[in-house]
Amino acid sequence: MEDKSILKEFAPQIEKTSIKWWVFFLIFFGMAWFGVYGLYTQIADGHIVTGMRDNVVWGVYIVNFIFFMGISYAGALISGVLHLFKTEWRKPIMRISEILTVVSLLIGPTFILFCIGRLDRLHFLMLHPRIQSPITWDVIAISTDIVGCFIFLYLSFIQDFAILRDYKELKLPNWRKKLYKTLALGYVNTPAQEKNIRRVKNVMAAMIIAIAVIVYSVLAWIFGVTLQPGWHSTIFGPYFVIAAVYSGSGILIILMYIFRKAYHLENYITKKHFVNIGIIMLIIAAFYGYFTFSDYLTKWYGSVKADKVLIDKLFTDFYWFFILSNYVGVLIPLIIMGIPKFRTINSITFAAVIAVLGLWLNRYLIIVPTLETPYLPIQDTREAWIHYSPTWVEGALTFGGIGLFACLFMLASKFVPIVSISELTEEDPQEEKYM
Amino acid sequence: MENKEKDDNKSSRRGFLKLGAGLGAAAVASTLGSSLFSLSAAANSETGEKVKVLTTDGQLIEIDKAYIEKSKDTYISRDESHKGIPARKFVMVIDLSKCKNARKCVDACQEGHHLPHDHEWMRLYLLQESANTAPYWFPRPCFHCDNPMCVSVCPVGATYKRSDGIVLIDNERCIGCKFCMTGCPYSVRVFHWKAPSEEAKKEKYSPEKGFPAQEGTVGKCIFCPDMLRKGELPRCAQACPMGVIYFGDLVEDTVTNGTETIKFSDLVRDRGGYRYLESLGTEPSVYYLPPSTRQFPYERGLEGLDENIKDRYKNAIRSNNFSIDVDKSQKTK
Repeated sequence: MEDKSILKEFAPQIEKTSIKWWVFFLIFFGMAWFGVYGLYTQIADGHIVTGMRDNVVWGVYIVNFIFFMGISYAGALISGVLHLFKTEWRKPIMRISEILTVVSLLIGPTFILFCIGRLDRLHFLMLHPRIQSPITWDVIAISTDIVGCFIFLYLSFIQDFAILRDYKELKLPNWRKKLYKTLALGYVNTPAQEKNIRRVKNVMAAMIIAIAVIVYSVLAWIFGVTLQPGWHSTIFGPYFVIAAVYSGSGILIILMYIFRKAYHLENYITKKHFVNIGIIMLIIAAFYGYFTFSDYLTKWYGSVKADKVLIDKLFTDFYWFFILSNYVGVLIPLIIMGIPKFRTINSITFAAVIAVLGLWLNRYLIIVPTLETPYLPIQDTREAWIHYSPTWVEGALTFGGIGLFACLFMLASKFVPIVSISELTEEDPQEEKYM
Repeated sequence: MENKEKDDNKSSRRGFLKLGAGLGAAAVASTLGSSLFSLSAAANSETGEKVKVLTTDGQLIEIDKAYIEKSKDTYISRDESHKGIPARKFVMVIDLSKCKNARKCVDACQEGHHLPHDHEWMRLYLLQESANTAPYWFPRPCFHCDNPMCVSVCPVGATYKRSDGIVLIDNERCIGCKFCMTGCPYSVRVFHWKAPSEEAKKEKYSPEKGFPAQEGTVGKCIFCPDMLRKGELPRCAQACPMGVIYFGDLVEDTVTNGTETIKFSDLVRDRGGYRYLESLGTEPSVYYLPPSTRQFPYERGLEGLDENIKDRYKNAIRSNNFSIDVDKSQKTK
């Protein structure tokens, strides 16, 4: 096979584990266990340990849920859209974006579980489902998305598993080699097998784009279908989809930066990748800023009382949140990416960090202020229950989620090469281009 | 007693409503058409006092009082609680001109449903529509909407609308996702943050009683169907010293606050009754009578309250620039 040289370059990534890797892994693993401790506290002492109360019934958990679901969009964007367009430069970053999708899809929905008062009755969602409820839509959509993205990820793994199986010099314990052999499903790179995989991948790529749009719209409709001021908005579906792609591309840039440094992929992930994904982020940032503006303008310009109360709240109690998420979070990436002179790997990554943090705050601004400004003003309730502020338990679970996200990503990078070897070594057949 | 019975005779169909005032027990059994009261088979010695009773097939008969026995509280299972009391459409009318935040409705509700101190199903708001309109006290039970958002969004069917208009929660089905709490535009629903009290746990759970509700599930005002089955008014309506809360049946077009019984349609027409936030299209079953020709100035509602209760209105008073100083209100009697 002609790809031996590339494989030789990537083999150390999965053969050896540096001390540095272990240090980081243990830090993230510790964070994950901190989250487990938080969860234990919450289950043992009840939801009263969170900052959520009768008015603000959803807090940081739902914010994290939307956030993690959003970054799973990187997969739909890069592996889906770029796959269909047969963009050549996508190949070194495909694997990262596909793993990102599956890992964040595993973490995101667990945050919803932390909001559920009776986890012991979770199976009622399957036993007594009501199709009228947007939560049921969500259960169907998210589980479909997880299965779909997992299949897509696995399809892209098969050829790499076969390569790893056939690479005799690989210094790995026997069970790992056996595992690769099993997972390769007897793939030996015959033209027929190769063609099959390519065709299935094309179909899956198209389906994943559709599923991703549906999942995020359904997520938005959980809020959009209610009558609450600030949520009852027709723009929420597309707005959430755009915001998701925005955060997805941001996280992808951050991960590209980290893996480029950690695994010395300077030859594969180049400035071109940062600029290209950055330009996608630029376009999306413009859309996202436009949607945000449009949503708040219509709420502010009219004089519907409930909307006015909400807008007043956003510009008083949540002033800095609003500025950071909806001004800084949009304008900084626009400026850095919009002016070619500013486009360096470091500054693009900085813009991505700003975008991702801004997006998290944006979700917070969607959830919490609305719940603090219901139609009937919050009265006749304990003063301490009026304003929401997250407790350490919610903080612990948030850090736990981030820790678990990093752990899973690090483990995945030890299991398969973080750059898809099979993709790098094969040309896309010209005649089968879809676009 | 003679007079009262005559009264029942005239309008026996309204009988159940009168019971709230402690009248005509027998007539109630008839109108509810259920087996809540049964003729005692035991041969008690006759008292000679006759009572008129309407049988389930509509005949008015007269029997000796000794033959009447109040049947035991019927236990309504989770399945039965889905059905609703036949031929009823319950409705509540709240007369805002009479309310002075006495909070007896809140206390009675808390006690009757074994709710913890910080878990209110009935809330009292101090509302003022705009700077030049008068502030008023606004008791807010569940509105038992005919187009209930909470029921629509529940993913497991733990909350449901019954034929008699009541919206109930089955706390043994509820998974505690809190979607109904965000769905309700009136902030009616509250979460059971704590486990039920030992006292409440002794009883068997029924959605019609609402207790002992389990920790991690959602609760709300349920119009006290356990009382309705007994032919009594909901706890809040019984407890209100001002007679603010009228309760009744749309089928019979009658409501009562325990002392006076009025034709519902007349009351709403004559007093300009309305439903809160009608524009949302949720079709509430609770009507309000505007706070006109008030019996009390609203400041009276702040008198004699516990400090911690009074604190709950501080923000409202501050933000609305009411011409009242909360801290001084107690002294200015």
